[in-house]
Amino acid sequence: MSLSKQEMAAAVARDIPPGSYVNLGIGQPTLVADHLPSGSGVVLHTENGMLNMGPAAVGDQVDPDLTNAGKQPVTELPGASYFHHADSFAMMRGGHLDVCVLGAFQVSAGGDLANWHTGEADAVPAVGGAMDLAIGAKSVFVMMSLFAKDGTPKLVPACTYPLTGVGCVDRVYTDLATFEIRPEGVAVLETFGTSYDELAGRLDVPLLR
Amino acid sequence: MLVGGFGMAGMPVQLIDALIDQGATDLTVVSNNAGNGDTGLAALLAKGRVRKVVCSFPRQHDSWVFDGLYREGKVELELVPQGNLAERMRAAGAGIGAFFSPTGVGTPLAEGKETREIDGRTYVLEHPIRGDVALVGAHHADRMGNLVYRKTARNFGPVMATAARLVVAQVTEVVETGELDPEAVVTPSIYVDRVVRVGGGER
Repeated sequence: MSLSKQEMAAAVARDIPPGSYVNLGIGQPTLVADHLPSGSGVVLHTENGMLNMGPAAVGDQVDPDLTNAGKQPVTELPGASYFHHADSFAMMRGGHLDVCVLGAFQVSAGGDLANWHTGEADAVPAVGGAMDLAIGAKSVFVMMSLFAKDGTPKLVPACTYPLTGVGCVDRVYTDLATFEIRPEGVAVLETFGTSYDELAGRLDVPLLR
Repeated sequence: MLVGGFGMAGMPVQLIDALIDQGATDLTVVSNNAGNGDTGLAALLAKGRVRKVVCSFPRQHDSWVFDGLYREGKVELELVPQGNLAERMRAAGAGIGAFFSPTGVGTPLAEGKETREIDGRTYVLEHPIRGDVALVGAHHADRMGNLVYRKTARNFGPVMATAARLVVAQVTEVVETGELDPEAVVTPSIYVDRVVRVGGGER
């Protein structure tokens, strides 16, 4: 069986070392937080200026001054800290974050990431912190469906959408397989409801076993 | 104009309302977003006062004002990666002439900019962003203009407060000098020119 979004999130969470400092991108990657085991000691960074962010705020917990990068109300955990934007992004560029998890439109075999702009003429472009995260975190995990709704692969020889970062992706977690981007090529770490041979036939990217 | 806030957190809504009343036009606004809903920055945009927006993330579920103006060609957009946006203002406030950033290298947002390889890594030259005026939302101020912030509403405030000729802060309370813990002050008074108290319940 292919993985659901929650199962993909769980697969990412399993690969996050205990005690890591982690940034979860807007959208699907936020689901990863629900799958981190209690006591993992993972500290979540939110780029609007906080470490040790807690779960979504509900009811009386909602505070307009306390939001995540998606501007949703969240909570703080003991040991949380606040800082301004220049510090928050210095943490990324300075290589202090262990892992970031991002969504993607496309990832290339060389680890290029495209996740901010579809290139459509009338689309309002928005980049946020994606470019800073992509080049800053020690490990960049991408979480995406392997194929677009029209069936075209999102793991590609070269990105056709505008790039977010060059050669920055380390792992790609998808509904059908988990891949590792290595200097020698793209390795299949695990498959879900499909096989190495079937994937090799559907993707234009050479795959290592 | 440097305008603080991340979404509505830290957005100096009352100062923007005052700017609308004041009537300034043909503005270049630097802010993380390009307005949410119909208040604050969105209201300023809706009045047609803004010529150009410099920001990282204009497109949101509630950015209909900006989206409409942009599609009609009525507002110019300079899209800047969020970290470069913050650092370019930090550089302005810290007297840095320009700096090499790894963010954006090889992407359309670095096109036409000078790059340099340093210790095997490629960086792109980014220039400071300096404001004529900064409007920031803080939590409390003392009479000297020392500022403290609240939670993630801090966001761009401390950086923007260093990077403009005239810095105006809106706060929910002004306390007597000496009442803020000096260890807790985030923006020292040297950066702040005006403080405006707005009602505690208002945002």
